[in-house]
Amino acid sequence: MNTATTTAPAATAPAAIPRAEFDWKPIALLGALLLAAWPLIGSTSTWVTLSVAGLAMGLIIFIIASGLTLVFGLMDVLNFGHGVFIALGAFVATSVMGGMADWTASDSLLRNLGAVFAAMLVAMAAAGALGLAFERVIVRPVYGLHLKQILITMGGMIVGEELIKVIWGPLQIPLPLPTALRGSFVVGDASIEKYRLLAVAIGLLVFVLLLFALNRTKVGLLIRAGVQDREMVESLGYRIRQLFVGVFVAGSALAGLGGVMWGLYQQSVVPQIGAQVNILIFIVIIIGGLGSTLGCFVGALLVGLMANYTGYLAPKVALFSNIGLMVAILLWRPQGLYPVTNR
Amino acid sequence: MTDNLLELQGVHTHIGAYHILHGVDLSVPAGQVTMLLGRNGAGKTTTLRTVMGLWPTSQGTVQFKGRPIGGQDGQMATPDIAQLGIAYVPEAMGIFTDLTVQENMVLAARSARRAAELDTQRLEWIFGLFPALKKFWLYPAGKLSGGQKQMLAVARAIVEPRELLLIDEPSKGLAPSIINNLIDAFRQLKAQNTTILLVEQNFQMAKALGDRVAVMDNGRIVHAGGMAQLAEDEMLQHKLLGLSLGAHQ
Repeated sequence: MNTATTTAPAATAPAAIPRAEFDWKPIALLGALLLAAWPLIGSTSTWVTLSVAGLAMGLIIFIIASGLTLVFGLMDVLNFGHGVFIALGAFVATSVMGGMADWTASDSLLRNLGAVFAAMLVAMAAAGALGLAFERVIVRPVYGLHLKQILITMGGMIVGEELIKVIWGPLQIPLPLPTALRGSFVVGDASIEKYRLLAVAIGLLVFVLLLFALNRTKVGLLIRAGVQDREMVESLGYRIRQLFVGVFVAGSALAGLGGVMWGLYQQSVVPQIGAQVNILIFIVIIIGGLGSTLGCFVGALLVGLMANYTGYLAPKVALFSNIGLMVAILLWRPQGLYPVTNR
Repeated sequence: MTDNLLELQGVHTHIGAYHILHGVDLSVPAGQVTMLLGRNGAGKTTTLRTVMGLWPTSQGTVQFKGRPIGGQDGQMATPDIAQLGIAYVPEAMGIFTDLTVQENMVLAARSARRAAELDTQRLEWIFGLFPALKKFWLYPAGKLSGGQKQMLAVARAIVEPRELLLIDEPSKGLAPSIINNLIDAFRQLKAQNTTILLVEQNFQMAKALGDRVAVMDNGRIVHAGGMAQLAEDEMLQHKLLGLSLGAHQ
């Protein structure tokens, strides 16, 4: 029987707690995929070219998917309409860059980058504004109702696509790269496209900024805590609904940015661009662990690399390669690469 | 005119189709420790969650400092209730396991944006109560033992001054030495005039801390009075608490 006394707090003498060790295995898997592809491809220059293309594609997918994984983590909202923000971003870019044709046609790299960054900013603003309306009108009435979320957000994307057709037309619109971003750098025998390097740089910048925001700011702390236990965050006195709206808008803006980058990567846009990318981003957030930003990052890179390697080695398998990757990873880690605790 | 900090009158709570609280009347006097006792399933946790607005009050009123915070006079949202100065430590502790001890504390301190802005004097006092938290300050909370997590849960609730602490079964599953730490901490808080509503099944802890006691059964308060009176009256203990009396000692 316990006897309650007023003795001074006893030293708790805890057993040595191991300092949290970073889980390197998913990163090692990324390295293993890179290394395994090298002998299979045979040519080092082709391997470098494919790897840079895969990393660029992966980082673009990461930019698009990072907001979606946080939205799911924070509020359990399955937003199948995320693709509409991608499509809007890409189409806004066609208009902005079309309107800055003298900048994109210029030989000056600065003017080219100016046009690209202007398109990105306007696309992010437009996608963010659409995200605000989307959350208010479509998502808010179905909080906690997963089946309805799937149906209504998919419906929202279909409506969005049709509106895009009304504004920009139903046909494919070219989105050519500005003059100075065309072509490749040749390193040894490897050819590395200039735009892919830019995509890698922007992707890494977004990743670093996201990590900084999530780990070094109070808002980031609230988001990470909210992903684990939103009820407790509310019990501490924070309005998580407002936080969620902020994350939803930021995630939509990032999807808009990703749309511009994806459109430039493909050098054309179609109204169905969002639906096309949707499958990839859901694979990524499932692989990464729902709600995990680092998992989303590693998952996106795996998906980008796998798509490029299989596209070269076995084009017929390429369509299924990412589904196969997802199945393999879920067999290894059923909650994803970096599962979020308490989910 | 009342010196009750928290007052529940005829509170009913439904969780989905289930009717859990059937007209709870409970007064929590300011500056005292009120123990909420009762068998498993009596409605103790639901009462705390209803006060916090985590379950809406379907009938009756909940008042904090005379101001309605739940019920027919208006249901406030949980964050607004917390901002009135009420801290809640749930039975499951609600620790953010992926965050460090430091991050958990920064989050609980609404006025601090980063660790450097925490009140160092108060932090030292907390470290005095729970030395393990200082030792593992930069460790992920998920790596702490059960007792250390409970300390962190309580520390989070007191990282800034709060008028009312709602604490749900803090001694559950803890070693006696850690329970003594918690009792000491609650005594110091009481000495600082903090009001505590404590759900507890450990009668010894209840006896050591409680000024007032309310006993629940089947979603109602079946006894309310002084803790000393209940502690001295074994017949009453058996009548109110039955076999659960020694269950968690």
